Amino acid sequence: MAEVEKKEEREVPYYETVLGASPEKLATVDYKPPAKPWMDVPPKFKKLDYLNPAKVKWMKVIDLPFPREWSPPDEDWKLPENWKEIFLNGMEDRLKRFRSFQLFMDICVRCGACADKCQFFIGGGDPKNMPVLRAELLRSIYRRYFTTSGKILGKIAGARELTVDVIKELFKYSFQCTECRRCSVFCPYGIDMAEITMIARELLLLLGMHVNWAIEPVGKSFLTGNHMGLLPHTIKDFMDEYRDELEKITGFKVDVPMNRKGAEILYIVPSGDFFDERGVILTIATLLYFYHIGLDYTWSTYTSEGGNFGLFTSHEMIKRLNAKMYAEAKRLKVKWILGGECGHMWRVINQYMGTVNGPADFLEEPVSPITGTKFENAKDTKMVHIAEFTADLIRHGKLKLDPSRNDHVIATYHDSCNPSRAMGLFEEPRYIIKNVCNNFYEMPESCIREKTFCCGGGAGLGTDEQLETLLRGNFPRSNATKHVHEKFGVNRLLCMCAIDRAVLSMGLSYWCPQVTVGGVHELLANALVIPGESPRTVDLRRQPLKRPITPGKIAGKEA
Amino acid sequence: MNVKLENLLTQKRSTILKKWFDVVIETYPPETALFLRRQKDSIANPVGSTIFQGIEDLFGELLKGINYERVSTYLDNIIRVRAIQDFSPSQAISFLFLLKKVIREELKKEIRENDLSRELSELDSRIDNLALLSFDIYMKCREQIYELKGYEIRSMFKACQKAGLICDIQEGEFDLKEGQNIDKL
Amino acid sequence: MSFGLSFWVSLIAVLALILVAWVGVEGAKLNFLFGAIIPYVAIAIFVVGMIYRILKWASIPLPFRIPTTTGQQKSLPWIKQNKIENPSTALGAAIRMVFEVLLFRSLFRNMRTELRPGPRLSFASAKWLWLAALAFHYSFLIILIRHLRLFIEPVPSPVKFLEMIDSFFQVWVPLVYITDLMLIGAVTYLLLRRVFIPQMRYISLPSDYFPLFLILGIGITGGLMRYFYKVNVVGIKELTMGLINFSPKIPEGIGVLFYIHLFLVSTLFAYFPFSKLMHMAGVFLSPTRNIANNNRAKRHINPWNYPVKVHTYEEYEDDYREFMKDAGLPLEKED
Repeated sequence: MAEVEKKEEREVPYYETVLGASPEKLATVDYKPPAKPWMDVPPKFKKLDYLNPAKVKWMKVIDLPFPREWSPPDEDWKLPENWKEIFLNGMEDRLKRFRSFQLFMDICVRCGACADKCQFFIGGGDPKNMPVLRAELLRSIYRRYFTTSGKILGKIAGARELTVDVIKELFKYSFQCTECRRCSVFCPYGIDMAEITMIARELLLLLGMHVNWAIEPVGKSFLTGNHMGLLPHTIKDFMDEYRDELEKITGFKVDVPMNRKGAEILYIVPSGDFFDERGVILTIATLLYFYHIGLDYTWSTYTSEGGNFGLFTSHEMIKRLNAKMYAEAKRLKVKWILGGECGHMWRVINQYMGTVNGPADFLEEPVSPITGTKFENAKDTKMVHIAEFTADLIRHGKLKLDPSRNDHVIATYHDSCNPSRAMGLFEEPRYIIKNVCNNFYEMPESCIREKTFCCGGGAGLGTDEQLETLLRGNFPRSNATKHVHEKFGVNRLLCMCAIDRAVLSMGLSYWCPQVTVGGVHELLANALVIPGESPRTVDLRRQPLKRPITPGKIAGKEA
Repeated sequence: MNVKLENLLTQKRSTILKKWFDVVIETYPPETALFLRRQKDSIANPVGSTIFQGIEDLFGELLKGINYERVSTYLDNIIRVRAIQDFSPSQAISFLFLLKKVIREELKKEIRENDLSRELSELDSRIDNLALLSFDIYMKCREQIYELKGYEIRSMFKACQKAGLICDIQEGEFDLKEGQNIDKL
Repeated sequence: MSFGLSFWVSLIAVLALILVAWVGVEGAKLNFLFGAIIPYVAIAIFVVGMIYRILKWASIPLPFRIPTTTGQQKSLPWIKQNKIENPSTALGAAIRMVFEVLLFRSLFRNMRTELRPGPRLSFASAKWLWLAALAFHYSFLIILIRHLRLFIEPVPSPVKFLEMIDSFFQVWVPLVYITDLMLIGAVTYLLLRRVFIPQMRYISLPSDYFPLFLILGIGITGGLMRYFYKVNVVGIKELTMGLINFSPKIPEGIGVLFYIHLFLVSTLFAYFPFSKLMHMAGVFLSPTRNIANNNRAKRHINPWNYPVKVHTYEEYEDDYREFMKDAGLPLEKED
């Protein structure tokens, strides 16, 4: 081993070793890069391979420390003078406040079970993206400053000095983790990389470092209620437009209740549903669906965001953004809250909301106004997932559905990370899909449900700024999609997450452009048989149907 | 191609493929290479399996004569992956040239004994042709990546415009500008 | 730290320990130190250290309820909940822990690999890790229980029964214990995979090799004593009974091999609370496994939950009142 280390480090251009060489020489070239211990490999920042730092303006909006102009490829990151002290104090503080953090620093045995479970390692191959090693980046600092053996034995105890390069490395790899928790499924001690990444990001934030793609949405969400910074009248305009579009397609003129006091239910969706073309279709579908069941509900501009980029920023920010939901529910005097198709939103609601902003004793335990079903599992937080709500309706036969109206769709379903591994929402969406669509094929067992791959864009990574990293992380999911596309002719990847809808579309357009992305309730709305409907030949996204819809008929037969 | 070389290549097909796969995989860090080589599941290991499938298909084409449409697809499968990994353009398409090395190594004795250098140079030029084609494909992939980036920016811009927000597209920024309807920001 | 250094440092450390015990007993005749004082100190460090570490962990708050859910949640009554993989009660979580601790459930997930055409190869490595881990931990446990014969007189029948089962194959004299072979085999496997799998080699630290070498040393010295160099068993029992009754006696003629074995065991005990071996206790406290996924039904309390700055609806309406009014959105305050 020592021999390998001594090897010349100059990077030999590939063509020099291969193209110009004689066949004899070709046979002797050694392609293996010199093996170096990971602690000695400094981070590099390549174009399209890092995220831009948070902008001063947005840092200020949410009172973050040390706002400044800097860029990852820069030599000087303009760290505050006492950065080391701040970082270590922050670490000490969190070791005392989070049992998870202290435990996960202590008990890893480096068995390697998680190593090949991360989509960024699988698709990219950077060894520091093995979750175990990504965690060791921080663990080595923990050992050096917080354990006796690390203080005395140093490197022998797996400890290392906290240097600027270490900070850079933490920045790089904290933002190549989507906090998807796939590794934690396979860890014999349940060590959760997401937890470590969250803490690492909090520590970086103490030094005024985060990525703009998370901080700007957080700032906008804080001020305007949604990540895009859509203002109240804009949302109203959008919704009116979608109402008109729905009328053009189906002939139904529906109400769009906004900020309405006294409604029974407050409905909250990720803001992508207001502006992103892939989410808008879901909004149109929802308008039709709620009109059909006569739901007494309201949208809100103040909580025009279900998602919570605070989750990607700090535990405090989770609370600051999430607070709006209960505040608005209280102000509008609704009975309970219904949440739309979103991923990390549901991690926050299921695992943080009640704790940080509860108890919601001003709300009532959720009961479906149509079936009378009590949602016992949500009796404290008082927020129900739309898939739970819809599955209950279908089960009670309250919806007339014609799945053949989706015959132009051959679907597969992508379990979004957070509803899967931080909630366990597996059967509800599948039950809906099977009732509204005749062609449904699962991807292989090893990449669905709790083992689902991440889209590659969660936790603030879903931007084209680091497009290459994103496409690498996305490859495993797209590859599995391509597999069912080739095998069963799948042409639609269903999912229940706004980030998925954007990132999977982006990823598939590179890896498997024949497959489009869409929400589950879009197919539900397509399949609804509604009294008084008019004939039509297109679905809600204006794609031609296999068979034109004749009012009152299901699959060509009398209803 | 001379029948003789073709026969040899067909005979040693699996050994050559195995070695070719190995040297391609060795262009990855050693910590990763074993995973790429070992994990058989195409779902758990999309990179390794795409590469193996790709070189297997390509080798078949080289043997039975090249159909450009088919071969483009095969090359695309591999290059699409390497185009977004941490490779320079030359590294990304280098895997083809590695085949030359593998064949020479594997058939060293036979080549010397049977004077196959002419056939071999024919094969070489076929591989070179594939390499030229690879260059086109690599560029196509990269263009697509930049288009994708452009597309995302454009769709954001559209959304902003729709929202009555002003974007500074040159800088790729979507900040809300002062003096507009959003002084508060 | 490079692989070479990590590996050799650990190996040399264990060899040095062996040398220390050998010189100490053979050369310096410090039998009492190695036969009584060090074992007592080691056990004391082990007990105090374990308790300290566990209490320290337990004293840190668990601010959020963050189980990793690996099965269907409890939602509607007609949807079958996976009560073990996604427990909604403390009992469910306890059963989940039992599977985790006794059967290494999560590690087992590694096995489910599909066979597809593609690169040649074995998909078995994942399965081997689970098997080796299981073999290692269980044989260690059984060997530990078998050692009770040295500390209890008369030897309890369950221990005798275990010995009988363990020597089921009835080969060699004295009879070979299956667990002895399993332990050595499993430790060797766990060691070799760290050496030969590049990604394992890359992530391994001296603190990964050291315990493996130590346990291997313990296993080998134990095996040598039992199967090859007969030691004075009666003398050993006299010593161990003395230890357990707090009246240490050091009989003559036990043989240095025993002292080496005992010293390595003492080192393991003393090292335990300071090392990754604490995963034995830590696994019980892992917040992604040991609590129920029932946050929406039952509020989890964070002891340090503090008030934060929020942007209230009133502020929001103040910011955008004109736009809201123009758009016909309802307002709290009209002006």
